[in-house]
Amino acid sequence: MLNVTPFHPRTSALCLSQAWRRWAGHVVASSYELNHEREYHAIRNSAALLDVSPLYKYLISGRDAARLLDRIVTRDIGRLEPHQVVYTTWCDSAGKVMDDGTISRLDESRYRLTSADPGLRWLWDNATGMDVSVEDVSATTAALALQGPLSRAILERLVGRDLSALKYFRLSHETARGMPITISRTGYTGDLGYEIWLDPASALPLWDALVEEGTPFGITPTGMLALDMARIEAGLMLLDVDYVSARRALIEPQKSSPYELNLGWTVRLDKGSFVGKNALAAEKARGAEWQFTGIEVEWDSLERLYEAVGLPPRLPSAAWRTSVPIYAGGGQVGYATSGCWSPILKKYIALAHLPATLGEGTHVEMEMTVEHHRKRAGAVVTRTPFFNPARKRA
Amino acid sequence: MAKRYDAIVIGGGHNGLVNAAYLARAGRSVLVLEARDRVGGAAVSEQVFPGFTFSVFSYVVSLLRPEIIRDLDLARHGLHILPLESTVTPMLNGDYLGQWGDHDQNRRELYRHSPRDAEAYDDYGQLMLHMAHAVKPIISMIPPDPTSLSPRDLMGLLKLGKHMRGLGPDKFHALHKLMTMSAADFLDEWFETDVLKATKSASGIIGTFLGPRSPGTAYVLLHHYMGELDGVFRAWGFAKGGTGSVSEAIASAARGFGAEIRTSAPVARVRARSGRVTGVVLDNGDEIESKVVVSGLDPRRTFLQLLDSSEIPSELGDAIRKFKFRGSSGKVNLALSELPNFTCLPGVGPHLRGAISISPSVDYVERAYDDAKYGAFSRQPYMDIVIPSMIDPGMAPPGQHVMSIFVQYAPFNLEGGWNDVQREAFGDAVINTLSQFAPNIKAAILHRQVITPSDIERVTGLTEGNIFAGELSLHQLFFFRPAHQWARYRTPLAGYWQCGSGTHPGGGIMGASGRLSALEILRHT
Repeated sequence: MLNVTPFHPRTSALCLSQAWRRWAGHVVASSYELNHEREYHAIRNSAALLDVSPLYKYLISGRDAARLLDRIVTRDIGRLEPHQVVYTTWCDSAGKVMDDGTISRLDESRYRLTSADPGLRWLWDNATGMDVSVEDVSATTAALALQGPLSRAILERLVGRDLSALKYFRLSHETARGMPITISRTGYTGDLGYEIWLDPASALPLWDALVEEGTPFGITPTGMLALDMARIEAGLMLLDVDYVSARRALIEPQKSSPYELNLGWTVRLDKGSFVGKNALAAEKARGAEWQFTGIEVEWDSLERLYEAVGLPPRLPSAAWRTSVPIYAGGGQVGYATSGCWSPILKKYIALAHLPATLGEGTHVEMEMTVEHHRKRAGAVVTRTPFFNPARKRA
Repeated sequence: MAKRYDAIVIGGGHNGLVNAAYLARAGRSVLVLEARDRVGGAAVSEQVFPGFTFSVFSYVVSLLRPEIIRDLDLARHGLHILPLESTVTPMLNGDYLGQWGDHDQNRRELYRHSPRDAEAYDDYGQLMLHMAHAVKPIISMIPPDPTSLSPRDLMGLLKLGKHMRGLGPDKFHALHKLMTMSAADFLDEWFETDVLKATKSASGIIGTFLGPRSPGTAYVLLHHYMGELDGVFRAWGFAKGGTGSVSEAIASAARGFGAEIRTSAPVARVRARSGRVTGVVLDNGDEIESKVVVSGLDPRRTFLQLLDSSEIPSELGDAIRKFKFRGSSGKVNLALSELPNFTCLPGVGPHLRGAISISPSVDYVERAYDDAKYGAFSRQPYMDIVIPSMIDPGMAPPGQHVMSIFVQYAPFNLEGGWNDVQREAFGDAVINTLSQFAPNIKAAILHRQVITPSDIERVTGLTEGNIFAGELSLHQLFFFRPAHQWARYRTPLAGYWQCGSGTHPGGGIMGASGRLSALEILRHT
């Protein structure tokens, strides 16, 4: 038996493709329409409505709430202001990343942590002796993402007020048609967007209200296939796809530090003691050996590979999530973990683990199967995000 | 003049058959002698009641070595192992605990009992997988003698030492805990759900005369994770046609390599001259010559029954007399007119395709042991139940079913001894206990076969009815199995070898003892 989300009565009625996938023990739509293309363009062109309820969510409250979080995560939670949100990683004692997610300071003393993997036991175990309550609110908090250039216009109609003051990575408690909701200026698409947090009892009326207000703005229920393309364009990594949790790794090389994932900016060594701090300080001093970076496939090279077998270039229609070897100087130097054709950039892009020595602009090669034969296409190491519109932070 | 063989294997149990197959595969002429009218030993399928086929004794395939499946091409010889993925434990309060093959489904179910345990389960599984990975090379290793200075033993010990050091401190400490703690104590460090701990710890006591709170039982928890390392081979499951089909497949492979298998041919003794084996004498007086004789029987029969006591050093005789068998389990096989209807999960469902564990609490299982400690069978026993006809419909007539109930504890040394009255009383205790959880069971029973440790000994020859041919407890493993200095399949008698479950690593339908023994024989003869 799998779980369904509080929006399932609506999403299942809309899911013409009958294409579902699993996410954290739930079924969610891969795409609603027969093809996910229009859903992708809604993210970049109008507004996409995504059911993100399966996220693991934990409510941390009490006098030591910030202390507990600061002990676990790499960001400095002591400096988090009420109604502020941060993205962070958390590590094991060897400084290897276990998970990543966001922490929202809902008010003076309550914080909400989202994660890709269950984290309740880790929180509990680290809370020993603290005056703090940790509650799993995964099932009692429904969540929607409204992402795209017109998302603000729709939400302003829904809550009946101007939201331009709600800045990037801030949240606001609002009322929509009498229903209390929390809106955060966050998302997983690298676009202008919001996430809406609510009581599951309000799930269906809120969905209906959003669709009603959003229809003139092209609101489009959007599935995971489109989201996957958008998050690659935004350079946002995904647990179990782009990296392995230190809790689940079977061998050391499967683990990654925040520095190796280019998330060194989330590590605040200047704050007090936290799990993995010593190992991270040592790694910072030494310099990470790996980087998690973007690569762009060179079009001419790709075209030549296909031309050689008498075919026009073929491009993936959806994002792929397999390990693909990256070569430099004749041998394999690293691997890409996800990639897609970016319709908005008109480029074939991928996220890859490469030696830190290969700087931006370095020429590498990515393995590509062309008409049943393994070939290598030229590619260039590129800084992420690939797509970074001004409206993302507006 | 009778035919001479390069090797004679005594006992056509699965290890004897594996041994014979490997020897024959290497070009040796091999004869297998089986006392019963069929091969398989404790891995036999029999139509006990017309139309109802039972895996009479051993009922699941655990850890059958993938290399044996490959080397003997057992798939071609008919081996088909079907998945047995779930375990459901009915609880005394009417609820149940399900452990399911699908990760998400399993998490959802555990979360219902304890959010903490739902997460601990993954971390525990991760640790156990690491530990199984660490211990596995030891299982596939011929045990070195720690007191010997021979180059081969020293190399073996060095390899073992290096392996242990390579584990790193975390795994080494965990291994130490597994070797010294009781299953219940070890699981207490991880979980709070009693029924989960009870069901997991029950796997640590199977085939031993120990309880979940007895030290040393934690180690056996690991065995359950070893199968996972074989991944795609699905080395843990239910054999189509019952466990007898595993024996038949191995026998077929052995014959394919040229081995000869003779049934209804019980061996009276092993013949020797001047410290060297020369052949065997059958019960009917026939003598068959061979320079190599391999015993697939348990250590007591191998050393004390088949040999004259003058043939072995008295210290070895003493060690074998001390080797613990003390069978602790029995079986109840039922032919059913309909499926059991469990109060906790009414009707037909996926739970009937997996194992049903009667282990509602750690106290329950420990109390079952308390009865046995003082010479009684458990009034409320631990049971591991499967319904093979739900997995392989060929096991019973259409619409009817067979049920296999593994029961612990049933001590071999029952107060007053086993007899027909005690056997039926034991059967009644099992059915009465089961009917508390599945009230329709009594009415559904068409036929009932009750097997006590005494029956196991009488039919299969396993001393004191111990299903592992000698208790699988820590002091009887590795270079202690069956006796120190004689843990490498040899015996003091040149040409006489061991290959049964009573040697390293033993346990379940694994075949590892039979294989490692054959490899050792082929190295030296």
